[in-house]
Amino acid sequence: RSEKRTQKALEGKMGIRFILMVNKQGQTRLAQYYEWLTLEQRRALEGEIVRKCLARNDQQCSFVEHRNYKIVYRRYASLFFMVGVDDDENELAILEFIHLLVETMDKHFGNVCELDIMFHLEKAHFMLEEMVMNGCIVETSKANILSPIQLMDKAH
Amino acid sequence: MNSIFSGTRLRDMIRSIRACKTAAEERGVVRKECADIRASINENDPHDRHRNLAKLMFIHMLGYPTHFGQMECLKLIASPGFPEKRIGYLGLMLLLDERQEVLMLVTNSLKQDLNHTNQYVVGLALCALGNICSAEMARDLAPEVERLIQFRDPNIRKKAALCSTRIVRKVPDLAENFINAASSLLKEKHHGVLITGVQLCYELCTINDEALEYFRKKCTEGLIKTLRDITNSAYQPEYDVAGITDPFLHIRLLKLLRVLGHGDADASDLMTDILAQVATKTESNKNAGNAVLYECVETIMAIEDTSSLRVLAINILGRFLSNRDNNIRYVALNMLMKAIAFDDQAVQRHRVTILECVKDPDASIRKRALELVSLLVNENNVKQLTKELIDYLEISDEDFKEDLSAKICSIVEKFSPEKIWYIDQMLKVLSEAGKFVKDDVWHALIVVISNASELHGYTVRALYKAVLTYSEQETLVRVAIWCIGEYGDLLVNNVGMLGIEDPITVTESDAVDVVEDAITRHNSDMTTKAMALVALLKLSSRFPSISERIKDIIVKQKGSLLLEMQQRAIEFNSIVDRHKNIRWSSLVERMPVLDEATFNVRRAGSLPASVSTMAKPSVSIPNGVAAAPLVDLLDLGSDDIMAAPSSSGADFLQDLLGVDLGSSSAQSGATPGPKAGADLLMDILSIGTPSPAQNNTSSIDLLSTAGINNNPSNALDTLSSPAPPHIATTASAGGMFDLLDGLSPSPSKEATNGPAYPPIVAYESSTLKIEFTFSKPSGNPQETNVQATFINLSPNTFTDFIFQAAVPKFLQLHLDPASSNTLPASGNITQNLRVTNSQHGKKSLVMRMRIGYKLNGKDVLEEGQINNFPRGL
Repeated sequence: RSEKRTQKALEGKMGIRFILMVNKQGQTRLAQYYEWLTLEQRRALEGEIVRKCLARNDQQCSFVEHRNYKIVYRRYASLFFMVGVDDDENELAILEFIHLLVETMDKHFGNVCELDIMFHLEKAHFMLEEMVMNGCIVETSKANILSPIQLMDKAH
Repeated sequence: MNSIFSGTRLRDMIRSIRACKTAAEERGVVRKECADIRASINENDPHDRHRNLAKLMFIHMLGYPTHFGQMECLKLIASPGFPEKRIGYLGLMLLLDERQEVLMLVTNSLKQDLNHTNQYVVGLALCALGNICSAEMARDLAPEVERLIQFRDPNIRKKAALCSTRIVRKVPDLAENFINAASSLLKEKHHGVLITGVQLCYELCTINDEALEYFRKKCTEGLIKTLRDITNSAYQPEYDVAGITDPFLHIRLLKLLRVLGHGDADASDLMTDILAQVATKTESNKNAGNAVLYECVETIMAIEDTSSLRVLAINILGRFLSNRDNNIRYVALNMLMKAIAFDDQAVQRHRVTILECVKDPDASIRKRALELVSLLVNENNVKQLTKELIDYLEISDEDFKEDLSAKICSIVEKFSPEKIWYIDQMLKVLSEAGKFVKDDVWHALIVVISNASELHGYTVRALYKAVLTYSEQETLVRVAIWCIGEYGDLLVNNVGMLGIEDPITVTESDAVDVVEDAITRHNSDMTTKAMALVALLKLSSRFPSISERIKDIIVKQKGSLLLEMQQRAIEFNSIVDRHKNIRWSSLVERMPVLDEATFNVRRAGSLPASVSTMAKPSVSIPNGVAAAPLVDLLDLGSDDIMAAPSSSGADFLQDLLGVDLGSSSAQSGATPGPKAGADLLMDILSIGTPSPAQNNTSSIDLLSTAGINNNPSNALDTLSSPAPPHIATTASAGGMFDLLDGLSPSPSKEATNGPAYPPIVAYESSTLKIEFTFSKPSGNPQETNVQATFINLSPNTFTDFIFQAAVPKFLQLHLDPASSNTLPASGNITQNLRVTNSQHGKKSLVMRMRIGYKLNGKDVLEEGQINNFPRGL
C-alpha cells in the first residue's frame, strides 16, 4: 500500500509547475520550469497558453484549464504573469503569490516593467529562486527575499 | 556594477533581438550569437564565461537550443568566486535536467559547496539540488542536507527543508531519516522555516505511513497552536496581506491538518475549534482571505465527519457562488464538485445558481459549471435540468455547443425515465446542435426508436416537422430520413397518434421531398446521401402511387460523382424496375427491431463483431422470414460507408441491421476481405469489388444461404419470380435480374442450356485468354458441363500446355483431356470439364486454376481464381 502511495506522490503533485512572464505581444520574457520539458514541448505549451490567456478579457476569471495544468494568470500593465499548477492547488493562493512576486520585483526595480526583466533576467531568476524551490514557496517576506540580492549588489 | 555583470555585449544582444521585426530575423541574430559564444567557449577565457552563460539563458528562454553551454555551467560552479558560482548554478537549473549525464559531474561540486564556509554558497547549492537533483544525487547528498536542516541560519534551514522534500520524493526510502528533523522545524517561529517545514511534513505524510502516524500523534496539537497563533497574531507588516498574517502559511498549515485529520476521528476532533474559528473569523472581502477560507473549506470536507463544520463550509461555498468576483465563483464551483460526495442535498440547493453559471460568458466558469451540473443530475431532477440545458443550447455560443450537447446527451441517456421523453430530448438536441452530435449518440437514438414500436408514428412525425426547420443539422437529417424510410406510411396516414399530438397533413410527395432534399443538398455528406437512397428505395414500395417520381430521383444519382452512390443508384433502380413483376416488397420490409443489449455491448466495444452478429436472432421479424436478411443487406450499404470515417459506426450498424445471414455471410460482414468466397455482403453492394460479374455470383450465393438458413421453400416462394424470358436478354438489368432469376425453381429453365448461362471469360492475361461455355445435362441440376477454350494471344507457340483446376469440397470436378498440348500462336485448344455442385442452389461455382506451358523452352506458370461463374450452376 505504501508503494502505491509513493507512486501517487511521485506523479506530479508538486504545486507550481512553471512560471511564465509574457508581454502583450505574447513573447516570453521569463520562463522557469520546475519539471523537465523539452524545448519543443516548452515552445508548444507556451504558445498554447499564451493564445488562450491573451484572448480573455478583464472581467473573466483568472483561471484557465489547459491539458493537465491549471493556469493562474494575472496581468500587470503590459506584462502577463502566468503560473501553471496542479489541479488540486489553491488557485486563489497562487493569485496572491503572483501579487507577492510583482510586489517584490517592484520593490527591487521600482515599478517593474518588461525591460527590467529582459535586461536583468538573471536577477529576476535570483528573486524567484528565493521565493520558490522545487515548485513550493520558500519565503513570503519581501525583505527576506531581497536581502541576499541586495547584499550581492553592494558587494560589487 | 561589475563589468562582467552588466557586460555591454549582453545588453547589445538583447537590444538587437528586441529590434528584430520577424522571427526569421531573430533566428539570424541568435544564430550569430550562438556562433560567437561557441568560439568564446573554445578560447576558454574564464572572464567571458559569466557573460556567455547569461546570454545563453536569454537565448534558452527564447526557445533555442543551448546544450553546448552546459559544460560552461560546470566550470562556473567549480570556480571560487560567488558571482560565478551563482550564475553557474542558475544556468544549471535552467539549462540542464536530471536525466542528463552532465549532471553527474556536478555532484562533487555540490558536495563541496554544501560544506562551504560561506552560507550564501551553501544556499546556492541547496537551491540547485532542490530543483534538479536525481535519485542518485539524492542518495549521495542526503546526509549533508539532513545536517543543514539544523543549520544556525534560518535561511539555510528553510532551503534544506525544501531540498529534503525533493530528496524524499526521489528516494522514498530516505523518508524516515527526515521525520525527526522535520518535526523539529514545526516548532520554529521564522515563517520561511515554518512554511517549508510544514511542506516537508506534508510530503513525508504522503510518502510514508509511519511518518503520517508519527506527525498525527506528536504534532497535531502543535500545528493547531501555530495556526491559532498566526490567526490571532498582531499586525505584522512584513507578512500582512489585506489584514491576514501570511495567508501562504495559513494555507500550508490547513493542508497539513487535512492530511492528519483525514481518516482519523481523534485528530479531526482536535482541529474542530480552530477550523471553525478560521471559517468564521476570516475576512472575506479580499482575495487573500478567500484563499484561506477556500483552503479551510477543503480541509473541513476532507476530515472526519463533524457535521456542524460542514454546514459552515457549505454556507461559505454558497456565499462564494453568489459572489460577483468570477475567480471566487470559479473556485466555488470547483469545491462544490467535491462537496457533492458528502452532502448532495446541500449542493442541490444551489442548483439554480449553478445553472446560471452554465450560461456565464466566461468559458472557464461554464466548463466547471457544466461538469458540476452533470454530477447534480438524478432521477428526480433530470427533466428540469435537461430542459434548462436544452433551452440554453438554443442560445449558447457555437464553440460551447459541442461540450454542452455531449453532456446533455449523456445525461438524457443515463437518466431517461421513459422512451418518449428520451426521444423528445434527443430530437431537441439534434435540432439545435445536430452537427456536433457524435455517431454513437444518434445510432443509439435509432436503436431506441426501433424498439419503441408504439412511438414509431409519433417519432417520424416529430422528425418530419423538425427536419423542415433544421435541415442544416446533419445528424437530425440522418435520423429523420432513416425514420421516414422505415415508417413513411405511418407519417402520411397519421397512424398511432398520441393524445398530445396535433394531426398533421403530410402527403407522400411531402415525405419524399425531405429525402430528396437530403440527397441533393450539396453539403450532405456521403453517409447522409447513402441513407437517403436506401430510404427512397423503401419509400418506392410504401408509396406506390409516386414510385415513378422516386425512381427518377434514384436514377439521377447514377450521375453522382460518388462511386458508391452511382453504383447503388444503378442497383436500386434495377430493383425498382422489377417492382411490378416481382413480389419484392418484402425486400424492403421494415427493419427488424434492433437489439439494444447487443448495441450497447458493441458501443462499449467489448465484443468481437462476428460473435454478436451471429447471436442476433431473426425470430422477431414479423413476416417473411427469408426477407429479413435481404432488408438488412440493402441497408448495410449505409453501414459500409460509415465504416470508413468511424470504426464504431461500422460495428454499430452491422449490429443495427441485425444481420442473420448464417455463418458464412455473417462472417463476411464482420471481416470483409480475406476470404474471397465469403465476400458476400461486400459483393452484393459491390463495395470494393471491381468486377460486376463477381458481384452476381455472390448475390446468388447470399440469397441461397438466406433461404437455407431459414426455410428454403419459403425463401424461394418469396423471392423467385415467374421470370419472363425476355428479361434474360435485358442487358442493363442483367445483374439484378440474374440475382432474382437464379432462384427460379422452374425445372424447365434449368433443363435448357445455352442462353440461360452466358459464356464467361474465365481468365485473361497478356498472353492467354480462357473462355468457359456452360451446358446442363437434363435430369441432374447439380451437374454442369463446361467447355474451356484456351486462346493464345501471343505471337509464339506454347508447348507442353497443361491446365489444372481445383475446387472446394462441395464441388466435384472431372477433367477430360485437352484437345492438344500445343497451343499455336493465335490459335486455340479446348478442354471439357464436368462439375457437380452438391450445394446446388445454395452456393455457386468457384475454381482455382493453374496453367503451365513452355514458351521458347522456358517454363511459364500462370494462376488464377474464377469467381465469375453465372449463378445457379
